[in-house]
Amino acid sequence: MDPIVNDLTILAATVNGSGSQSANLVLTRAIFSMGIPVAPKNVFPSNIEGLPTWYDLRVSARGYQARRAQHDLLIARNPQTWTHDLAAVVAGGAVVHDDVFLASGVREDVEYFPVPFGRLGKTRIASDSLRKQLTNMIYVGVVAGLLGIPFDNLVTGIERTLATKPKAWPVNIDAVRVGYGYWEENFSDRPISHVLRPVVGGTDGLILVDGNQAAALGCVMGGCTVAAWYPITPSSSLCESLTGYADRFRTDPETGERRIAIVQAEDELAAAGMAIGAGWAGARAMTATSGPGISLMAEFAGLAYYAEVPVVVFDIQRLGPSTGLPTRTSQGDLGFAYRLGHGDTRHLVLLPGTAEECYEFAQRAFDLADRFQTPVLVLSDLDLGMNLWMSRPFDYPEAPFDRGKVLTVDDLERLEGDWARYRDVDGDGIPYRTWPGTPHPNAGYFTRGSGHDDRARYTESPEAYQANMDRLARKHRGARTAVPGPVTVSGGSALGLIAFGSTHHAVVEARDELAARGLPVDYLRLRALPIAPEVADFVAAHERVYVVEQNRDGQLLEILSEELPAELVARLRSIRHYDGQPIAAAAVAAPLLALEAVCV
Amino acid sequence: MSALAVNRIGLAREAYKGGPSTLCAGCGHNSITNHIIKALYDLGVEPHRLAKLSGIGCSSKTPAYFVEQAHGFNGLHGRMPALATGAGLANRELVVLGVSGDGDSASIGLGQFMHLMRRNVDCTYIIEDNGTYGLTKGQFSATADVDSVHKKGAVNHYQPIDPCAVALSVGSTFVARSFSGDGKQLVPLLKAAVAHRGTAVLDIISPCVTFNDHDGSTRSYSWVKDNDEGIHDLSFIPYFEEIRVEYEAGEVKEVDLYDGSTLVLRKLSEDHDPTDRLAAMRLLEESRTRGQLLTGLLYVDEHAEDFATRERLAEQPLRDLGEADLRPAREQFASLMRELM
Repeated sequence: MDPIVNDLTILAATVNGSGSQSANLVLTRAIFSMGIPVAPKNVFPSNIEGLPTWYDLRVSARGYQARRAQHDLLIARNPQTWTHDLAAVVAGGAVVHDDVFLASGVREDVEYFPVPFGRLGKTRIASDSLRKQLTNMIYVGVVAGLLGIPFDNLVTGIERTLATKPKAWPVNIDAVRVGYGYWEENFSDRPISHVLRPVVGGTDGLILVDGNQAAALGCVMGGCTVAAWYPITPSSSLCESLTGYADRFRTDPETGERRIAIVQAEDELAAAGMAIGAGWAGARAMTATSGPGISLMAEFAGLAYYAEVPVVVFDIQRLGPSTGLPTRTSQGDLGFAYRLGHGDTRHLVLLPGTAEECYEFAQRAFDLADRFQTPVLVLSDLDLGMNLWMSRPFDYPEAPFDRGKVLTVDDLERLEGDWARYRDVDGDGIPYRTWPGTPHPNAGYFTRGSGHDDRARYTESPEAYQANMDRLARKHRGARTAVPGPVTVSGGSALGLIAFGSTHHAVVEARDELAARGLPVDYLRLRALPIAPEVADFVAAHERVYVVEQNRDGQLLEILSEELPAELVARLRSIRHYDGQPIAAAAVAAPLLALEAVCV
Repeated sequence: MSALAVNRIGLAREAYKGGPSTLCAGCGHNSITNHIIKALYDLGVEPHRLAKLSGIGCSSKTPAYFVEQAHGFNGLHGRMPALATGAGLANRELVVLGVSGDGDSASIGLGQFMHLMRRNVDCTYIIEDNGTYGLTKGQFSATADVDSVHKKGAVNHYQPIDPCAVALSVGSTFVARSFSGDGKQLVPLLKAAVAHRGTAVLDIISPCVTFNDHDGSTRSYSWVKDNDEGIHDLSFIPYFEEIRVEYEAGEVKEVDLYDGSTLVLRKLSEDHDPTDRLAAMRLLEESRTRGQLLTGLLYVDEHAEDFATRERLAEQPLRDLGEADLRPAREQFASLMRELM
């Protein structure tokens, strides 16, 4: 039987803290450099060292980037999970394993490739201090042999992965060569079911980037000058990337003077407060967190909504409730984030679905926060934020910052004192503001989270309260056409599908599968809340619309049910995935087929 | 017609006033407001440069009662330090003045209060300390005296938190205590606090005439008058005034503040060196065991770097920086994209 070319999923089962991450990245970058699309996913424990960790490397000629649950090649280096890992391999798959694991009698339908990692490490790796890490590089060599990855590409993978440590290249290349040599001597006469063949220009011009890094770069390009955060998985790498970019792009090389303040706060309350204090004072400010931090930020989010202070909040969602599964992905904060705060509160919520959108929406978030004088929440997730994604290179922004309705000294002069902080001059619900420090006697006003009239004076007047809340609702409605609009792919099917965020990648693949089975499905990818007017049009144009999301309660379905006209709500169906693993195409296609079988 | 008195930047005292107070008549907080007005007027702080921030409670209402022209932010209970930190980072030219109460600083916001001082954020941090929750009708606060008796008879069994002791323990660079009714001491302290670069903490005992002005409370007028022990007689000389001091050897200590101002301390009852943190801690503890309230400048460190300086922030307000200052050049961006390929 001919081998399957450039289409497989590799699972590396290792122990966390053992340095397997570098080995996995080298493998990823080696395959990427062959011109073959890759989509890696880390499945890691909330732990520093010693617990099982997995690396799921999807290789797909068609460029699918969603997780795939079946594994064609297992790299087994963890005795704790050996039996479990072996069960995840497809029949006919290949298993590269530590030779001390007993393979006989376990499964008859897979091919075993035992490797004496311990002995090879001891005898072939000279460095005592690096032996543990470098032993993992040995499996890269073995796998390269089995799949036909040219040695040059492995070298490229090492150089790319360890770009800042060229001194480490030779020892890593040697370790990979040990594995490659072991394959040559022992397995080169045993072809497996899959093979990789270079594709000229296949990945040319593409970058590999994680969503948090992309969002951090978006913050730089979007003019963020104050960032406050508290460490929490999976958002920490966003502010850590931002710190790296700040060192590189926002620091005067001669004086060391910095054009950004990045503060590691004492908790998420303070992180939100610092960002809001800075936003109030006129800076473009942000904070980044995940579920437990978002819970704490509810208090400040309500203040910023009601007092109308711009701020950008990144929520890199993880699996709740409570501490939940801190290192697993989720879209479970959607409903909470949208209404974050007590009382009647509504926010603008951006829903990036790709790494490129993490970059672009980060920039837009600052414009929207300034334009609408309100918090903008950017909801990414662990899968999007912490895994590497292929992307076209990002565009350099051409547009200037939109700082919104800010009155200058000249404006105040012209108005002769006749301005009111919360007056709706333009009928869009968006008032004018001044920044503290504006040198004009009429510039000052008193911001408060308590009841206020249009001149920002304290009031408990029922009329003033209601008028203000109605204006805030008007402002929020107006944002429906200003936030990133939905992306629609329609082919005239009676069936529609709505998804957002990282679910997109599973939907792309599921639609192809469904179309191949004679069930084409139109698709609307929602990219922000409040929902754009096109969403109602899309639902109206389809008999049944499946809302696919990564949470238990169908939170987007709930929001759509509330905001769409009642006659359209009956058309909505729900598909939910919430086990903490990134959603796979099968988790979209299978339930949809099952539900359609009932319908037709 | 007599010419209207003006300060060094040509403003009348009127320019430092705010809206009418809605606090109880006789509230110590109103006296503090008046002392703040005098201090800011004397210093000639430009009203537009002042950023007044506060938490929640009676004390936090007071920024509305001074310097109407300035921007104010009455934020969340116990969270003013975070707002003040952010505002100061956005614009280093602002004169940041925070007003809080004992509920804000010793209970719900104790963490933020400590971290503000730990970072030495450049601001004046006032605690209008009355030992009680006034707005919610008189519950004990965490600064309430142990064994003090509530209006309705309840007794507080728990040790008070002393904001000044907390401040000293986390390395605050300016720690002082005063009494709302003692303008002679308080106004120079307020001026020095504003002139100080870094977090200047002022715990101001301020009797609550409605809920905590009874016998046995160390925050009643009568108690403070009888038991206040000032450690210095203070005067403050702004940098723009010629220094003229009646100097008596061995009895006067001058503290030079970063902007060139001078705080002059005349020995009163204790020969306290306010640059000696350990001595300040000892004095606080001794006065506590004697049942006395120590007032005055307990500690000052004029050499510590404030937060923005330590973070090497640009002098120009960050909020004024534009695209050219904040976006890397096209070539730099393109090179970054190549690295990601």
